[in-house]
Amino acid sequence: MRSRPDRADATPLPLYLRRREFLALGPGVTVAATALLRSRLALAKGEPPLSFKKGPYATDEGQTSYEDVTHYNNYYEFGTDKRDPAANAAAFPARPWTVSFEGEIARPQTVSIDELMSWFPLEERTYRMRCVEAWSMVIPWVGFPLGDLIRRLEPTPRARYVAFSSLHDPSKMPGQKRAVLEWPYAEGLRLDEALHPLALLAVGLYGRPLPNQNGAPLRLVVPWKYGFKGIKAIARIRLVEKEPPTTWSRMAPNEYGFYANVNPEVDHPRWSQAKERRIGEFFKRKTLPFNGYADQVAHLYRGMDPRKLY
Amino acid sequence: MRLDRLRRRLTRAILFAACALPATLLGIDALSGGLGANPIEAVMNRLGFWTLVLLLSSLAPTPLRILLGWTEPLRFRRMIGLFAFFYASLHFATYVGVDQFFDLGAIGADVAKRRFITVGFLAFVLLVPLAVTSTDRWVRRLGFVRWKRLHRLAYLAAAGGVVHFVWRVKADLAQPVVFAVVLGILLLVRLFPASARLAARRGVAEG
Repeated sequence: MRSRPDRADATPLPLYLRRREFLALGPGVTVAATALLRSRLALAKGEPPLSFKKGPYATDEGQTSYEDVTHYNNYYEFGTDKRDPAANAAAFPARPWTVSFEGEIARPQTVSIDELMSWFPLEERTYRMRCVEAWSMVIPWVGFPLGDLIRRLEPTPRARYVAFSSLHDPSKMPGQKRAVLEWPYAEGLRLDEALHPLALLAVGLYGRPLPNQNGAPLRLVVPWKYGFKGIKAIARIRLVEKEPPTTWSRMAPNEYGFYANVNPEVDHPRWSQAKERRIGEFFKRKTLPFNGYADQVAHLYRGMDPRKLY
Repeated sequence: MRLDRLRRRLTRAILFAACALPATLLGIDALSGGLGANPIEAVMNRLGFWTLVLLLSSLAPTPLRILLGWTEPLRFRRMIGLFAFFYASLHFATYVGVDQFFDLGAIGADVAKRRFITVGFLAFVLLVPLAVTSTDRWVRRLGFVRWKRLHRLAYLAAAGGVVHFVWRVKADLAQPVVFAVVLGILLLVRLFPASARLAARRGVAEG
């Protein structure tokens, strides 16, 4: 519907008189506008937005920029430099994709990622993420609670742990051509940790499907643990009786444990964990026990030696 | 003769520009936002990388003389070494002043408790007397023999720098191993003439 412009639509006179100042700003404005446009395009590029509702536990801390969340990644399957995953994961076939559910569950089965996503309503969870390397981000994930999936799979009474593994296919994950880590990447949680409502299986971030470099099509998010627990490109979930081996604790058992709960008191052997640098900020901030989620999760570890929980 | 001098000055100018290039590019990236999401980490990593490249380069002229008989690179060794010290200083200053923001307690704890920082710090400290005594005056003051003995600390500093890198990385040892192998070659070559000379001397003595 179009209507004729009226006086209210006209540029106010004082502004009109200053119209040439815009031209004087010249190149600077153009550069800024182009940068803005480009970042909008980057966000809009690719797949359509996901439909989801707002979930609980959202932090109101400032979100890390989409650019930084998607261009500063530890994902050795695509290279060991932080910028490698964004550069090398573009061609990764995140679809078609299947996830197999195995072990101590009522009905082991393999489902497509799209079917899996149809089982649960998606919700947005804005969480802090604390990397073991002493930097952190705030990321608006989209996903569903891991606990909902576990309950649907009906664990047998013998199930005590959940073991996750990623894909092992060097033709699709070029970083796997070198044995930097043991492939495929493996992670695990105790069953009660996996059932905790904070534990999330993410399929998106910033309202869109997960970019490949962030773990498409399916990744784990456990916000009270160090980021390396968040296994990416999950291909298999297995309920088991015994604590499953995990990639980094096999690689360097004195540096990375099974629990990997964020703990400012327990230093990494090679650096302090007392503080962290929030990406985009200059000054370091204090790291909080359980990454600030102590009220929600500390009870899971009552009676355990906190020094064993790194 | 004059042509030689001209060529040397030209080589020196080109080499100077080459040594300054990584710092220049770093400055450009810093001003244009090209350092990525964690610029402080990027600055420290790049400065550390170029410190090692230049430190090992400063150890290359002697092997080149031994293996190929080239004496010309020896003329540029001091400049390369001073550039290595320049990058090491920036690397250290970034850690102290930007990364830790002069938190002396945390820095002290790091140096005392984290072996990769301890060894990196020691390597940097070893470079200080070498930079100070890099002038012709200091060579005269100490006498060449003593000066040369002092400057053998460069081997230790380079080894410390490489170990600092090896102990720093989480899993991917590819780059530090390359530095370690290159350093090993540069140091091993130095043993050759010594043993050859020794053998020759023995030969003379026995013959």
